[in-house]
Parts: sequence; C-alpha cells; structure tokens
Amino acid sequence: MKKTGLFILMLLMLMALPSLLFAAGKEDAAKAGGPVKLTYLVASGTDQTQAQVMADAYTALHPEVTFELELRPGGADGDNIVKTRLATEEMTDLFYYNAGSLLVALNPTETLVDLADEPFMDVVDDAFKMTVAKGEGVFGVPNQTAMGGGILYNKKIYADLGLRVPKTWAEFAANNEKIKAAGLTPVIATYGDSWTSQLFVLADYYNVQAAVPDFAESYTANRAKYANTPAARAGFDHLKEGFDKGWYQSGFATAKYNQGLEMLATGQGAHYPMLSFALTAIKENWPGEVENIGFFAQPGASADKNGATIWMLSANYIPKTTTGARLAAAKDFFAFIVSPEGIATMNAGFPPSGPYLVKGAKLPADVLPAVNDISSYIDGGHSAPALEFLSPVKGPRLEQFCVAVGTGQMSPEEAAANYDKDVANQAKQLGLAGW
Amino acid sequence: MRKRGSKTALTMSYPNWFYLPAVITFAIFFIWPTLSAFYYSLTRWTIFDATFIGLENYAQFLSDPMLSIGLKNTFIYGILTSGLKTVLALPLAVLLTSGIRFKGFYRSLVFFPVLVSTIAVGITFSILMQPNEGLFNVLLASVGAPRVDWLGNPRLALFSVIFVDVWKGIGIATVIFMAGILAIPQDYFDAVRLEGGFWIKFRHVIIPLVRNSTFTVILLSFIGGLRTFDLIWAMTGGGPGFASDVLTSIIYKQYQAGFYGLSTAGNVILFLMVTILVFPLRSFFNSREIEV
Amino acid sequence: MNKRKRSLKASLGNIIVFVLMIAVFVMPFLYIILMASKSARESALMRFSLPETNLLFRNLGQVVSFRDYEMFRALFNSTLLTLGAVSLVVVFAALFAFVAQRKNDRIATLLMGVLVAGLMIPPSVVPTISLLRTLGIYKTLYGMILIDVALFLPFAAMIFRTAMTGIPRDLDEASYIDGAGPLSIFFQVILPLLKPAIVTVVVTSSVNIFNDFVGPLYFLPGAKNVTAPLTLYNYISQFKTEWNLLFANVLVVSVIPLLIFIFFQRQLVSGMMGGAVKG
Repeated sequence: MKKTGLFILMLLMLMALPSLLFAAGKEDAAKAGGPVKLTYLVASGTDQTQAQVMADAYTALHPEVTFELELRPGGADGDNIVKTRLATEEMTDLFYYNAGSLLVALNPTETLVDLADEPFMDVVDDAFKMTVAKGEGVFGVPNQTAMGGGILYNKKIYADLGLRVPKTWAEFAANNEKIKAAGLTPVIATYGDSWTSQLFVLADYYNVQAAVPDFAESYTANRAKYANTPAARAGFDHLKEGFDKGWYQSGFATAKYNQGLEMLATGQGAHYPMLSFALTAIKENWPGEVENIGFFAQPGASADKNGATIWMLSANYIPKTTTGARLAAAKDFFAFIVSPEGIATMNAGFPPSGPYLVKGAKLPADVLPAVNDISSYIDGGHSAPALEFLSPVKGPRLEQFCVAVGTGQMSPEEAAANYDKDVANQAKQLGLAGW
Repeated sequence: MRKRGSKTALTMSYPNWFYLPAVITFAIFFIWPTLSAFYYSLTRWTIFDATFIGLENYAQFLSDPMLSIGLKNTFIYGILTSGLKTVLALPLAVLLTSGIRFKGFYRSLVFFPVLVSTIAVGITFSILMQPNEGLFNVLLASVGAPRVDWLGNPRLALFSVIFVDVWKGIGIATVIFMAGILAIPQDYFDAVRLEGGFWIKFRHVIIPLVRNSTFTVILLSFIGGLRTFDLIWAMTGGGPGFASDVLTSIIYKQYQAGFYGLSTAGNVILFLMVTILVFPLRSFFNSREIEV
Repeated sequence: MNKRKRSLKASLGNIIVFVLMIAVFVMPFLYIILMASKSARESALMRFSLPETNLLFRNLGQVVSFRDYEMFRALFNSTLLTLGAVSLVVVFAALFAFVAQRKNDRIATLLMGVLVAGLMIPPSVVPTISLLRTLGIYKTLYGMILIDVALFLPFAAMIFRTAMTGIPRDLDEASYIDGAGPLSIFFQVILPLLKPAIVTVVVTSSVNIFNDFVGPLYFLPGAKNVTAPLTLYNYISQFKTEWNLLFANVLVVSVIPLLIFIFFQRQLVSGMMGGAVKG
C-alpha cells in the first residue's frame, strides 16, 4: 500500500502546484507619485556592497523609492546574464555593469536609455563618458572611482631591504632577485582566479603606447599584432621570465585572489600585479596593513617613458524597458550618485581606490597611500587608459594564454601568435570591418 | 475473459498515445529550441541580431589551435570515468548486497556524494587538493611522500578532476548494479553454490546476469563524461591554461565571450561526435540485451 | 580453530571496509562541517582542523537570516520546482518506456533514439527563453518545471526501459486476459514493479534539479524566484569568498536533498529487494 501512498502524494503535489504558483509572475504597477520599487541587477561582492550603500542612502532621502537588489555572478557568466536579459527585454529597472568594450557588446543604442542630454551628466568626467558612449549616446553614470592597473607592493619589504621603486623592467627584475634572496615571494601570482594572470599584459599598455603610439588604432584595424610588435609581446615575455626565474610563490597555479591579497598584506610577498580596487578588500580584511601598500606603474623598457595604465570599471545603466515613474526615479537616483551628497556617501561607504570621475569631486584627506601614488601618475600626465577602453577588440581567452605562459606550458611567441588568432576570432564574431 | 496470445489484442494494451506526454514535452521544450539553435549556428549571432554566414562558424571552431587539447581531454574523460565507475561500482555493489555489516550505512555513504551539488563538491575538493595546506598533501607529507600539485600541475589536473567525478558519481552506478544483482533469481546462485566460492559466483552468475545494468552504467557515464562540464568548471575552469579544457568548457567559454553562433556550432559538432560514438555502442548493447 | 580463523579474517575485512568507507566518503563532508564552524579569517586558511571556537550555529543562523530570510523562499521554490518536475518526469517517462520496450518496433527505436539525443545536447538558452515568453510562462515555476521535465526525460526513459526488460510480458498478458485496459495494466501492474527504478529516477533527478545552478539563473530570474543553489552566490564572488559562510550555506541547501534521500532510502533498499521480479 506504500506505493499507492507515494503516488497519491505525487498527484496531490501536482494538483497543489497551480494554486501555490499563482502569486508568481505578477507585476506590481507603479503609479506616478506613489511608492516605486526599483529592481537593480548587480554582481555579488564589491559591486553589490557599493550599490547597496548608494541605494540605502537614496531611500533614506526619498522613502517612496525603494530598491530590490538582484544578484548575478561576476565575470563572463554575469556578462551573459546581462546580455540575455537585455535581448529578451527582461532586464531589471537599472543595472550595474562594466564600461568600455563590454558595454559596446550590449548594443547600447538599441537597448539602453541615452543619458547624454540629462543635466546631471554635465559633471561627469569626459574621459569616462567616452567609455560609456556609443555613437551620439552616453549611457552610464559612474558609481566607482577610476583605477590604476600596475604593481601593488609592500612598502615594509621595500624599506626593510632598502629597495627603490623600479622604473624599468631591469630594475624590477633586480629587486625581485633581492627579495627572493631574502626568502620572500617576489611576485604573487594567483592563477586559481585566472583573470588575475592578465595584469602583466594589460597593465603594460602605457609602455606599449609609449613605444608604438598608434598601436590601439592599427590593432583595431587588423594591422598591429601582439606577435609582430615586440613592445606588445613584452607582457607575455614578463610572464615567462617570472616563471623561469621562480618569482612566483609555490602553489601559484591554483592560488586564489584572496590568498594573493593576504600574502601581499601580511608581507609574505612583495609585488602583486593587480588593479587598485583590491585596496578595498585589503582595507576590509587587513585594516592595519593597508597603509603599507603602495602602487607603482608596471615598469617598462625605458625609465623616462614609464606611466600608469588606468581602468574605468563599472557604471549604472537604465534599459529601455524601464518607463514612466520607474524611469524618472532611476534618473533621479543617478543624479544623486554624481551629486556632492552622493560623493560624500561614497567616501563614507567605501574607500576610493583612485580619482573620482565626477568633476569637482575631491578625494578625502585620509586617502590610502596607494591611491595617492596613482593620483600622482595621473596628475603628472603619466597615464593612459587601458587598451580595452580604446579598442573594441579583445580576445576572450587572454587569461588562458597568460596562465599557459606563466606556468611554462607555452612560449611567449606561441602565446602571442595564438592570442592574435583569438583576437581575430572575436573581431569576426563582432563583424568588425577589415577582419 | 479475452483470448490469449492474439497479437492485435496485445498491441492494443500498448497504445501509442502513451508516448505523447513525453514526446510532446520533449518536442516543445527541447527539440524546438535546439533546432532553432542549429539555425543560429549558421549565423553571426550577437543575441541582439543574427547575420547568416553559412558554415563560417564551423570552419572557425574546427580551426581553433586549442581544439585538439580539448578533444583529447574529452575522450580521456569519457573513457576513464565510465571505465572506472563500471570497474569500481560492480564490486562495491556486490559488497553492499552481501551479508556485510553496516550495509545500510555504507549504502547511504556511497550514495551521499550524489546528493550534494556538483559546485559544492568541486569547491570542497579543490581546497582538499591545495598544494600546501590541502588535506591530500598533508596526508602525503605525513607518510613522507612528496607533495603533489593536484590541480596546478598541467599534466595532472585533468586526472584529479576525473578522480572526483568518479567519487561523486559512483553512487548512481552502484545503485544501478545493486538493482541488477538483486534482480538475479536465487536459483542461479543455488545452482553454483555447491560448486564453488565467491569467484565462481561473481564470474559465472553476477557478471553475465547484470549485463543490462553494466550497459546502462557504461552508456550513461560515457555520455555523461563526454558532456561533462560542472565539475571541471568548478575545479579548474579548464586550466591551468588549457590543460584540462574539454569540448564543453571550450564551447562554454565561447558562449561566455558572446560568440553565440560559434558556440552553437561547437554544440552541433559535439552532438555529432557523441552520436557517432554512442549510437553504435547503444545498438550493440541493445542487441545483446537479455530479458530475464 | 578453522572457524575462528575465518571469523577473525572476516572481522578484519569488516574493519578494513569500515575504515576505507569512512576515509573515502566521510572525510570530505567532515571538512565541509569544519569549515562551516570557523570564523571568516580562520576558514580562509582552509586547514583541515578543529575550529578555535565552534561558530557553526552562528554561521548557520547568519546564512539563513541573510537578506530578510531569503533562504526560506529559496528552499520553498526549489522544493516546489523539484516536486513538480520529478512527478511529471516519472509518469511521462514510465508511460513512454513501457510502450517503447514492449513494442520494440521501428517507431519505438526511433523515438528512443531521439530521446537519447537529449542526453547529449546541452540546451540552448536564448531560443528557450523566447519560447517561454511566447507561451507566457517565462519567470514562472511552470516554465522551469517543463524545461526540467524535458531535460530529465531521457535519463528516466533509459532507466525505465532497462528496468522494463526485467518485468515479464506474461504479467501484462495475464491482466489483459483478466480484462484490464492499458491504463490499468500500466498503473496497477507495471508501475508498482518499476518501483526500484522509480526510486532511482526520483532520487537522482530530484537531486540534480534541486541542485541545478545554471537553469534557474536563465529561466527563472527575479528576486522572488530565487532558488537554493543561487544562494551560494551570496558568498562566492570573483573578488571575495567567505568560506565559512559558503560552507554553512552548502550545509543548509544540502538538507532537502538529504531529506529526500532519507525518505526514500528504505524504499531504495526494500523497494529493490521486494520489487525485483523473480523468475
């Protein structure tokens, strides 16, 4: 009789489903003037914290507007979620996403609300606007500071060993040998989070454009290649050199980003090629150590042509599917983000990891030393945006090639040539002219 | 009372409409989207719009210099996981259907990994296999053996994932074998009881009579191995570099990159490959199937 | 003497089996529990060690109460999804396999072949979403249930078809002669005898559906529709992972699959014993 019981149970479940599901999928209609609930898609982690801080501050000022955060994974998985939901017109009311080539892939002119004529956009930094624009349209509002990509280093180790900040790769290599001789890890590598492997190549871009000023242009036009531009290939050479000379810590092939931060903060490792947003995480987990972390631009061939590569990370966008009271509320939220109150909220909520992208916004006096290091590159005119903000072409498997070189499985020449093919694939898939 | 053995009458008891619920659901929610995806494999597809480009995606997919690593790994994965699961699960099933103590407890233990999400298992094992503090290496070090970089060594990474796959999936294979063994009529065992011990029983009764189960286990785990994805993704992401990439992870990365047409072309190729391998195997198994 | 030696050997064997089983199958889970009991900082060391102070209940509480007790909604949604999909899979696949195995003609082989293809092709996301939207069931559990039914039918049909070979045709024939129609033959004769196979299908597919990460991410978006595996994302991100809470979350979302297993475990064993057809 047990089996009949089981069956009846199943049938009951089936019959009960419709009534239980009835509530799902109902849309709450927003009326003008009434309370508005905005859905807000963000990547879990740092983005989520930042979005939450801003949303909470806005709701405190405007109680009729509340936010419902939806989480998505970061990285390429998240890219797909965003694309799929935009294409199927099922996006949240607003969302938080990368600027640069990733934004262009969202087909913004078709899918996003153009903010170019909004009065609040006047205060947004023009260099930033370029990275969230396509054609005439400007689509995003910055919720983060700009970032430096280069080498985060432990100042204590530098002081203890009497080292000087290197301006050329040769000086950097010499420093590394001294650090290694002292029994510490010269360069932290965390290939378990493979995106971290790309910094040697990507953060080298200031040096690339210093040597080959039109690289971005001819690269986009299918003329310049990594394989036939020695300055561009240098990034891959550096990865190999680190492997050959044993600069990386033991177990680096599976180490995670978190472990890398810990090694840097606690002084087990001297250098970590990284973006400066890592400072937020270091401050959170090792508040006593973050003052010992400094930043220098990735050293290149020549000392007088050394400078920092700058990243613009995420921005807030509104999809075209948001209309009426929701659209008005979302735009007002954006105006808040770039207002002085908004900047004050950011300053209080999470430490800036680079200069603000809003005109007139000042960094607080107690800014982290590494952020000062970055600012001095920018103020001195020694900075350039990363390649991904200058060219829509970026091969999706760069990180795999970097890991393959950094673990000694592939030569730099081979990796550069294969990466060029990867780039060509992407350009073909984007349907770019000339590929 | 009806007439016995009349063929038409018996066919009446197996009406074709019994197929319908399964076939309709499958056709609408699987075949239709899949077929439309096949169309997209002939296009340059950005999700927002699609341009017809003929077989270009197929050419591009097959000319990928990294494809050969993925193909080789896919075969190794499929063959090793299905082979190991079959070879290990059968003795385990014999043990768990024998008179051993704590049988119920062991059955639960063996099946337990099946219950936990693949992602969670992947994360757990990637920590256990850590080169420095990981339990595996702590144990090795405690007996004086050298440490092994299970997932970081490009030559080893794939095999470490295969090991975890077998660990996680052996429960299902064991249950299928147990059902097969328990379905063997007692008479067969009685017939050999007088003649010999365990080996005779194992070789001359169990192995031949659990043949259907063996086929099911091999087929399911082989197909599962060829299209494996979650575990590799959670443990190595196909790395270090390309060292543990399989076809599905290559396809998925193309999908992630937004190359929807290209990745769909990859899916079609994977499908054809699996079909070419599996269908002959399946009809061979079917022809040798036994009815008790 | 001889007897004693043999029993000694047997108990030695028992001990070896016991130790092996514990080492192979229990250690990893012990590790999950240990990690879930640690502080954030201690868990980041990833050691296999006892926690300095046992924070298991604090961590579990934190995981459950996170974001306004979102976990309960997630568990509820996942349970409904699993129950709905698995019930349909079992009935649809058993009906199919019953006729397919009995007839075993050209149509049956063809249909079975088409279904088996379903084991091999990963589903395609965007066309599926358009389809769900056309049918008006995107972002509903109905849509997700039907997709899961389509995805899990092939496996179930294969298992049932194999199991059908163990059920003698004489039984169908006998009840047919007694005047039973196809439906009552199926429900009264075949289905009860398929019980071991049903239990296998129920356990494996419910676990897979419950633990599915990717499907709900695409086909069931929206905070209201959150499912259990998605709660893991609260603690894994590209930039930061809270291992102690992650593993505590693993424990919480493993509870329901575990309950399913405990509920069916006796059936899994006794069903196989009793349901197996002799001769």
